[in-house]
Amino acid sequence: MRLALGPLLYFWPREEVMALYQQAASWPVDVIYLGEVVCSKRRTTRTDDYLEIAAMLADSGKQVVLSTLALVEAESELKTLKRLVGNGRFWVEANDMAAVNLLANADLPFVAGPHLNCYNGASIAMLQQLGAKRWVMPVELGEATLRAMIAAQPPAMESEVFVYGRLPLAFSARCFTARAANLPKDDCRYLCGDYPDGQLVSDQDDNPFLVFNGIQTQSASTLNLLEAIPVMAKMGVDVVRISPHARHLERIVEQFAAVLSGAQRPGEANERLRQTVPAGGFCNGYWHGEAGMDWRAPSAQEIDAQIP
Amino acid sequence: MSKVELVCPAGAFPALRAAVDNGADAVYIGFRDATNARNFPGLNFDRETAAKAIRYAHDHHSKVLLALNTYPQPQTWSVWCDAVDQAADLGVDALILADLGLMRYARDKWPNLRLHLSVQGSATSHEAIALYRRLFGIERVILPRVLSMPQVARVIENSDVAVEVFAFGSLCVMVEGRCYLSSYVTGESPNTCGACSPASAVEWKETANGRDVNLNGVLIDRFNQDESAGYPVICKGRFKVNGKLDYAIEEPTSLSVLDILPDLIKIGVSAIKVEGRQRSPAYVAQVTKVLREALDSAQKDPLTYRPRQEWVSQLGRVAEGTTHTLGALDREWQ
Repeated sequence: MRLALGPLLYFWPREEVMALYQQAASWPVDVIYLGEVVCSKRRTTRTDDYLEIAAMLADSGKQVVLSTLALVEAESELKTLKRLVGNGRFWVEANDMAAVNLLANADLPFVAGPHLNCYNGASIAMLQQLGAKRWVMPVELGEATLRAMIAAQPPAMESEVFVYGRLPLAFSARCFTARAANLPKDDCRYLCGDYPDGQLVSDQDDNPFLVFNGIQTQSASTLNLLEAIPVMAKMGVDVVRISPHARHLERIVEQFAAVLSGAQRPGEANERLRQTVPAGGFCNGYWHGEAGMDWRAPSAQEIDAQIP
Repeated sequence: MSKVELVCPAGAFPALRAAVDNGADAVYIGFRDATNARNFPGLNFDRETAAKAIRYAHDHHSKVLLALNTYPQPQTWSVWCDAVDQAADLGVDALILADLGLMRYARDKWPNLRLHLSVQGSATSHEAIALYRRLFGIERVILPRVLSMPQVARVIENSDVAVEVFAFGSLCVMVEGRCYLSSYVTGESPNTCGACSPASAVEWKETANGRDVNLNGVLIDRFNQDESAGYPVICKGRFKVNGKLDYAIEEPTSLSVLDILPDLIKIGVSAIKVEGRQRSPAYVAQVTKVLREALDSAQKDPLTYRPRQEWVSQLGRVAEGTTHTLGALDREWQ
């Protein structure tokens, strides 16, 4: 099983984006997804910058995949999409059917991203026919469905699971970060840049509930499926994805990598991860077929008992 | 210019009759299970009532469209396939589908069946629509409520698929088909179960602070005595952002395109849709009647068209919340 760094979903300054990938070049991750998935107004790190980063990471031995925008509305966004599709070197992660159409027409291999709504074997087969080499499970699905889908998966198709990070839950035409400041999206002043891990939304009793990331809404709690790595390995999952965030990213990558390489028992690594609980706590309910926000914390012994 | 179709909702036979009698060109319905995005207890059609509904509609020159617009998972895949077969057997005028795999099944098994791409399919550009056209020959797409008017016009210009837009009813603020807020809190979402904020997860509580409404234990809103309390969908709740309490996502409000009907006709929209299969026959009758009159008036004489005061107040009485909006069609809303 390989480890992936998902696309950076937040709006960070260009220098910090550059710094992240400079560091990631030497991290124990196999696959790195690059590009703006959330909002086309974020242009401080430009497509050219990402292509440069991509070349640098590929030279460091990473598989680089260029991720596309999830919500495509404007002609200018289709233009960017065409540019990514025609990059001539790297795989593309399609996060919208517009990207799938362009990729299929150009007869290019692609990753069917987590926002494509792939819920069954027939959909995987369709996507494979169109050129998909890997599909990423939608975050609201869990173990039981994944098992059935991998069983139905055609040969040569890879599967990937989002295993760590705040859950991307919804997209809208409206920018909620701008709305919170009484601004319309067209005059957003790039306020989402003030929140490197998203803007916290609490209920009326001050319990953390969601975070706004511009037009995207995420969970306030952080998905943590480290405990499920042994089960996923047994099932035949090919890639697991960590979603980049501002705090302790390197340490989290190392814990996952150590488990994947067999250098560390998952129960033990999970204990370490839990020593620094992120703001909003952990969740793993979707994996167990329950409400996504739920957190069921198995003991180290229970986790390690799953090792084949 | 061809006639714009008025598409109205029905959650049961009386609502279907109300839609047909008040001038709906087409009525959309669903089966009584998780195969459609309005899977509410006591709602929707079994095979027999669906057959009766289709007979009634066809006798009165209306069409029946059947929504199978949730996403089947492998464990229950055959339920969705059976529903496709049943709908085709019953003679529905079109299927409204969202799932790529199910669309493949429907196209292969029923080559002559008319297919519409559901709003739950999240196709927001001509490039995305072109894929479904090429693969399955879809004849209509229902656009998610995320595009501005110029963007809708652009889709129509660049696509040979007929476009349907929402005209009235509860407003989804998130891109349809890509919203997991409900399953994050309750375990059930529109995609997986056809449910958004399922009633079984809703709990009302009188407390010293007011009337609380919880969704699976999450406080969605708190009302004081003189506030009217709406149904707790997460996107219409009141939350705190930077210490400020507000409708952080959207207020309880209804979509209404009454003011811009001539513009929608002008850019070439093929059909307008009323939301609300979960609403009463009285709602369906009222909204269908008003929109029938408004659409006829706007098509007959677009230049002098003005929404009549009586239409506005009649729609206002059945709307969610006390305000109405154009939603994303109006750039300022975004």
